[in-house]
Amino acid sequence: MDWSWSFVWEILPTLLEGVRVTILATLGGAVLAAVIGLALALLRRSPNKAVMRTTSFVIEFIRGTPLLVQLYFLFYVLPDAGITLGPMTAGLIGLGLHYGTYTAEVYRAGIDNVPTGQWEAAKACNLTGRQTWTQIILPQAIPPMVPALANYLIAMFKETPLLSAITVLELMNQARSVANFNYRYLEPMTLVGVFFLIISLISVSLLRLLERRLGRIG
Amino acid sequence: MSQPIIEVDRISKNFGAYNVLNELSFSVKPGEKLALIGPSGSGKTTILRILMTLEGINGGHIKVEGEHLFHMQRGDRLVPADDRHLHRMRAKIGMVFQLFNLFPHKTVLDNVTLAPMLTKGVPRAEAEAEAMRLLAMVGMAEKAKMKPASLSGGQKQRVAIARALALQPKIMLFDEVTSALDPELVEEVLNVMKRLAEETDMTMLLVTHEMGFAHDFADRVLFFDRGNIVEEGPPEQIFTDPRQERTQAFLRKIIAAGHRI
Repeated sequence: MDWSWSFVWEILPTLLEGVRVTILATLGGAVLAAVIGLALALLRRSPNKAVMRTTSFVIEFIRGTPLLVQLYFLFYVLPDAGITLGPMTAGLIGLGLHYGTYTAEVYRAGIDNVPTGQWEAAKACNLTGRQTWTQIILPQAIPPMVPALANYLIAMFKETPLLSAITVLELMNQARSVANFNYRYLEPMTLVGVFFLIISLISVSLLRLLERRLGRIG
Repeated sequence: MSQPIIEVDRISKNFGAYNVLNELSFSVKPGEKLALIGPSGSGKTTILRILMTLEGINGGHIKVEGEHLFHMQRGDRLVPADDRHLHRMRAKIGMVFQLFNLFPHKTVLDNVTLAPMLTKGVPRAEAEAEAMRLLAMVGMAEKAKMKPASLSGGQKQRVAIARALALQPKIMLFDEVTSALDPELVEEVLNVMKRLAEETDMTMLLVTHEMGFAHDFADRVLFFDRGNIVEEGPPEQIFTDPRQERTQAFLRKIIAAGHRI
């Protein structure tokens, strides 16, 4: 094995473009997962039994099937039903839905952890349902959720290479194509690993910082 | 006789198969200070929770200032109250809880200003001035910028009283507000309530195990047992000359447990 720096410099711009797409996919997927998760958590608390059961079923269904299969379905099967999604759109929806079912569980636990007395005090203060959620319940429920939510964010980041299966030109896909083109795998795959490691480490330290700040506020 | 501010008319309440209240009726006059006493599980806390609409009822009617609490008039029919009706009715009632239930993520001041600003649209400056006045009244003004976690139980409860007062309710419900406090902190909360009872014409309902306080505080005492009012009367009569056997037995037990009257 001989490491070639000149090859590294040659493929670096292509790989950095892949990093950009990977980060975009992660952030977009994370925002979607956060929103979808909250929606699923609230739907699952619905007093309407049918809504509650359907939501629980959807959550179990999505969790019980592999993300890769879901991505194939969104990108290659949905067009048969007349719904054609771009690779990035399908990828974001796939990541958002899949991880949304996990963040839903985090939200549920966080919301359940707010004592009943807080709901009752909100009622005694004559707050509306919406004010109770936004002013009382979520501000108390969300800070303790941040570490768990961020762990899913980092896990999702490391699963973005799956998007290469539906032709998204993220880091893994770019690396594979330059590797295949040059018949050299050492440098591209090493760089992929290094990029993932660097971004993971930065994310984890940002997360610790955030936790400390939330700890001080809460 | 003025019209009652609260009319409870044959209400029933079940928790599953367990019948907590059975066709209970009583009424409260405006400005009256009412103490609800009785053994645990006798339904007295449930009544306060129902009046605050934290619990529904399984039968009967409640009127507050002549208006149905859990029902609305639709033509000549009574239908279950919707959220808007409940919201309007709740504005008349405030509650102080056994476990304070302060909002831990807000400062003492924000705990008191939150509801007036959100539910009545009071501007912040005005809400804060009023909150500081109330906090001064309960002796908590210098803690206004603190978070509840750094307060003692007695201090928390005094803030909770200020929070409830900030909405200027006509009726205040006190649910065992000293039961969770260390003995040496009970007095400071009772003093605040005593002053409140003397200085305002608010209607107050108090569920308590502090018989001495009930004696000094109340115009009228209701003794509850198993979801029924067994005996009612002025405190002097209830505490010194109870007529019903069950009231006598309850008071004997309380005195034996070391509570003073």
